[in-house]
Amino acid sequence: MTAPAARGRVPRGTGTGTATIMPQGAPNRRNTELVLLVFAVLIPLFAYADTGLAMDGRIPAGTLEYGLGMGLFALLAHLAVRRFAPYADPLMLPIAALLNGLGLVFIWRLDKARQLARNYPAAQNQLIWTGLGIALFIGVMVLLKDHRLLQRYTYIAGLVALVLLAIPAFMPARASDFGAKIWIHVGSFSIQPGEFVKIVLPVFFAGYLMAKRDALALASRRFLGLYLPRGRDLGPIIAVWLLSLLILVFETDLGTSLLFFGVFVIMLYVATERTSWILFGLLMAGLGFWAVATTESHVQSRITDWLHPLTAAPNGGGVGQIGQSLFALGAGGVLGTGLGQGHSWLIGFAAKSDFILGTIGEELGLAGLMALFLLYALLFERGLRTALAARDPFGKLLAVGLSGAFALQVFIVAGGVTGTIPLTGMTLPFMAQGGSSVITNWALIAILLKISDVARRPAPAPETATEPTQVLGPS
Amino acid sequence: MNKPIRRVSVFCLVLVLALMIRVNYVQGVQASSLDKNTNNKRGLIEAYSYPRGQIIVGGKPVTKDIEVDGNTYKYKRGYTDGPVYAPVTGFSSQVYGSNLLENVENPILSGNDSRLFIRNTLDLITGKPKQGGDVVTTIDPKVQTAAYNAFTSAGKKGAAVALDPTTGAILGLVSVPSYDPSSIAGSDNQAAWTSLNADKSQPMLNRALRQTYPPGSTFKLVTSAAALENGVITDINAKTDSPDPYTLPQTSTKLVNEAGDNCLNVSMNDALKVSCNTVFAKIGDEVGNDKMAAEAAKFGFNSSSLTIPVGVTKSNYDTAINRPSNALSSIGQFDTRATPLQMAMVAAAIANNGTLMKPYLVAQERSANLDVIDTTKPTVLSQATTPQVAQEIQTMMVNVVQNGTGTPAQISGATVGGKTGTAQHGENNSDNPYAWFVSYAKMGDKQVAVAVVVEDSNAQRDEISGSGLAAPIAKKMMEAALGK
Repeated sequence: MTAPAARGRVPRGTGTGTATIMPQGAPNRRNTELVLLVFAVLIPLFAYADTGLAMDGRIPAGTLEYGLGMGLFALLAHLAVRRFAPYADPLMLPIAALLNGLGLVFIWRLDKARQLARNYPAAQNQLIWTGLGIALFIGVMVLLKDHRLLQRYTYIAGLVALVLLAIPAFMPARASDFGAKIWIHVGSFSIQPGEFVKIVLPVFFAGYLMAKRDALALASRRFLGLYLPRGRDLGPIIAVWLLSLLILVFETDLGTSLLFFGVFVIMLYVATERTSWILFGLLMAGLGFWAVATTESHVQSRITDWLHPLTAAPNGGGVGQIGQSLFALGAGGVLGTGLGQGHSWLIGFAAKSDFILGTIGEELGLAGLMALFLLYALLFERGLRTALAARDPFGKLLAVGLSGAFALQVFIVAGGVTGTIPLTGMTLPFMAQGGSSVITNWALIAILLKISDVARRPAPAPETATEPTQVLGPS
Repeated sequence: MNKPIRRVSVFCLVLVLALMIRVNYVQGVQASSLDKNTNNKRGLIEAYSYPRGQIIVGGKPVTKDIEVDGNTYKYKRGYTDGPVYAPVTGFSSQVYGSNLLENVENPILSGNDSRLFIRNTLDLITGKPKQGGDVVTTIDPKVQTAAYNAFTSAGKKGAAVALDPTTGAILGLVSVPSYDPSSIAGSDNQAAWTSLNADKSQPMLNRALRQTYPPGSTFKLVTSAAALENGVITDINAKTDSPDPYTLPQTSTKLVNEAGDNCLNVSMNDALKVSCNTVFAKIGDEVGNDKMAAEAAKFGFNSSSLTIPVGVTKSNYDTAINRPSNALSSIGQFDTRATPLQMAMVAAAIANNGTLMKPYLVAQERSANLDVIDTTKPTVLSQATTPQVAQEIQTMMVNVVQNGTGTPAQISGATVGGKTGTAQHGENNSDNPYAWFVSYAKMGDKQVAVAVVVEDSNAQRDEISGSGLAAPIAKKMMEAALGK
């Protein structure tokens, strides 16, 4: 019996007991992605032209080349997805491309702010890093056949993460780093290993929790309605907690510390489904933070800056960076000053990296920031959707870990710049200047796309690719 | 594992929601207060991104806008003859704010005045660059430079104010030592600012409007008006039955006059001519504190609300004080204090037959394309005294200039009335006194009232009197105003 070829899900219970599907039957949404990518390239291109018109009165030279370049990047990434992850989520790549493209425009715009002291052009470097990021993205697409392969490297990943985190603490501090030791300097070149750890650590956590989650979830005592873990099961969380504190103390990097501990608690909670871990996590985070905050002057000054952002430095020094960032946001108001027409260079140091949100808020206004936050939310919620859809626990945990890390990073940096929480040195994913950040985030998106490809692939994979296959349906 | 994943995604959405609420608060609610924060340079960057309007004296601007190749600001304020006009214009600095007309008239000068709204909107539509409006002052450059040069060539400190008694228009407003506002207009003038503020001679103090001095004998004009108005004196040439020395009421303190003056039982006219302290202390005592204070208030004392439109410091005549204090107050000592503008107002009110016109510094406000937005109309501030009383005091003041202490102020062809003053200050009057000269001059249909104070002069004590130091300056100002 042969039923007509059906698109979409396998028809079930049609009465005949059998159904046929074509290999290309499930909609893979690649064309949707392509259309969205066209917008993701065009919007930054228009923003680029608009910025040039506003600042110089003419369309900037190289608009065409920039458009072609970004278009080529997007096309290559798209083709890689089409070939190597055909069922992957169609939204993540366009959103990432859009954020990256807009980030480039804002960095270029700040390059043109002649008021910024020691203003080295950064947009070109950022464009090169974007190219490398896309290359890494394609590399992951091609080389990572299946995300479950990563599970093999669980403990290696743990070791690598540890090394990457520890390196900066042993590097000589630089005055230009403003307190936080999060960079590795090699000549004039600097990388932020903390960024790469954002991928490596979730791999380790996912693998580790896969193995241990039953023990962590089941072996517990009930106390006051909570499942209390056994003493020896507390080992891992205490180890990660101590590691976070060590980062905080020796590298004075509040953001990284908060990010990793947060990701670990989220993944632990997802793995064990025990709310008690969240409470433990919050308790330990609070305890650790309090202990460090009362001893570390770097952290204390961050808190003071957060509580009193508009306090001016003595002898006419003006307000600090957070104050300037708030001024920028205020100047933007609801609709913004328009691209290229703000004065966010007043933020000074790190205007292109950690504080790029100030420029966006000033020039695109509240409207622009709301749209930006929605894009970020959409991006990491697609990642969490992937976690829901994934069929293997490792994939689920990894997707949650990567998306959670992304969401936490957005919150930590945007919260710091807007004065929601104390400021910590972190880059706004895809938008801020920073090579390590850009390539890490492209790799992160690539892995999420790989997981989602497996998750969304039609369940009963056909054996042969050319003929309709008969499938026995439920009787 | 799906239930915790859903909860995690809700948690992540809550994080984004928190960010959204925060930016809504900052950009929606806090925005305007952040814009107004004094540490926010955006306002200044905007204000100096286009040419500011000009302050105009005698048909010519005394301000200018200099295009600078600065990183932050496009324009910088400049001043022609800065030290001469600094007490009028004030300064507009990229770092230290602004004061006087630059501050008070900022809405017009910056072009942000609500009355320029339609013009600005049209300019926005037609793409014309924004420009500030102009402020036309009442200052007569001849009077202003005459006074400034008189002070500086004599090497004296002090202040001088000239008014048109019939309108209240301020013709001259000088304070010496002065400073060049250009020197602190830029963004890199910290050294100049620091040294100006540290300077003990206070070059940035506007002595004409913002410094009060004991008016000394010049206050006897107000005492005379009070005496005549309240019937204490009915005939300025009648004997006043006053002793010399005069024992202050309720005390055994003897008040004396300067050596050689004949003050025993003289008329008020003669007493004003040689400036008898004894006579006027006695007259002030007989008028009484309440009526003295009321008279002073009619001339503008004890009011802190006067604006020209720049704010003027309050001049003081004590109320509710005992008799000896009141007697001293009525010869301009004790706690009586007056700004030079206040004493010019006294002279102006007398010259204008008792009607005190409100002094004003701004004649016109204009938009950038010379449309007149507002023209100041002279207004009466108060009826300081009756025309009869005013005319009797005029007679006495003319007598002072013709036969008394004010002879250096005589101008041929003009009717000049004046009053000298030498006010003591310092512990036991040890410091050099302030020399005052308050006068008016009339010639044809032209009138001018002037007050000059010379402070901390290095000359000998007994030589210092309004006549020696202040009257020549007043004379030069009056001559300039009368066009002689």
